[in-house]
Amino acid sequence: MTHTHDMPGDAAWSAPVRAGRVITLTALNDGANASVLIIGADRLDRLNIPDTLKAQMSARIKPGMVLMSDRGLALATVLASSLDWHDCLTGAAPDRLLLLELVKHGFGAVDLHGCINFFSKVGVADDARVSLAFVPGHARAGDTVTLRADQDLLVFVSTAAHALSDLPAVGVAVQIETPEHTEDPDLREEAVRALRLTRELIA
Amino acid sequence: MTVTETTTGLDTVVAAGDGALVTVPAGGRLRIVDLHGNQAVDTLFYDAHDIENRYSAFDTIREQRAVFLTTGSRLLSTRLDELAVITDDTCGRHDTVGGACSQESNVIRYGEFTRHQHACRQTFLRYGAAAGIGQRQLTHNINFFMNVPVTASGGLTFEDGLSAPGKYVEVTASRDLFALISNCPQVNNPCNGWNPTPIQLLGRW
Repeated sequence: MTHTHDMPGDAAWSAPVRAGRVITLTALNDGANASVLIIGADRLDRLNIPDTLKAQMSARIKPGMVLMSDRGLALATVLASSLDWHDCLTGAAPDRLLLLELVKHGFGAVDLHGCINFFSKVGVADDARVSLAFVPGHARAGDTVTLRADQDLLVFVSTAAHALSDLPAVGVAVQIETPEHTEDPDLREEAVRALRLTRELIA
Repeated sequence: MTVTETTTGLDTVVAAGDGALVTVPAGGRLRIVDLHGNQAVDTLFYDAHDIENRYSAFDTIREQRAVFLTTGSRLLSTRLDELAVITDDTCGRHDTVGGACSQESNVIRYGEFTRHQHACRQTFLRYGAAAGIGQRQLTHNINFFMNVPVTASGGLTFEDGLSAPGKYVEVTASRDLFALISNCPQVNNPCNGWNPTPIQLLGRW
């Protein structure tokens, strides 16, 4: 079974995604943004951006990274992407779209952890305070990112324009497939440990 | 923790690896002193009257258009309320991307041998309980004095600190706050110079 639908810009959506399923987001136009929060199978263990970054020595999300939870488990693996930089340092747009989706599942403002802004890039300067500058048009129509659920998840997506973007919001296509098998991409040893623990304990 | 807390202030030393929950009234100034240098101080701020209105690292970063915190940084909540402002800083820059160590993240980063080592999030849960701060209320914190360079190519590392004995950072509360502090016990990376040491908290209000 495959689920597909197109999200317009300035929309939000959420759904359970079972372990092993694969989610592909596709930019429907230039300059797309998809802000994503993820909560794990036990409804408490959330995507933790700092842990994800420091375990994999990266300040951006890119293919071959495992998205890690507050309690050190693998939530999802970035299997592939046509882009090697997805912002995760600047939070969600302050329009509360993600908050409404959280509330639908019984969550609230207390669960507004750091999100990933797929398709967006915020450049990092080499100055004393590490200044940030939004990169307009980083994503082109047709750019994709593919995630594998490594445990049963709740996934929350907002297509609001990035908070630092002056451009109008554009749509993002969502596809969820149920492949019989997926291969792990090349991963750092920390990511391998997170996946192994998750498979041993809950997946 | 031994606390000398009065209606007009606070002067206490937090031992290496220990923590504190401090109530800072609006307008109050809380100074954190790195007594021995290179000591990460993991800190969370909450509106004392509504702990759901809590510090938001990435909203703070976005609104100041810069990764590091220093004098002038406005510490924002998830509702974009100003919780506090950094009003003095002799260290120069502080991290808010690297989060707090936990037993579980130590296992992922360093291996199974670290599973039962003490970690910041244990301290947060222990001292936060008195204010109703539990696992759901824990979020991405500030690491005062910690040096986590983010590079133009999108890399991130933990480096030896820029701090030194006696360096301090001071925040001024914009509303009544809880400051939840873990004096980081991490011994598996250079964030504490491989040797956690005491800090001093000085409050003036």
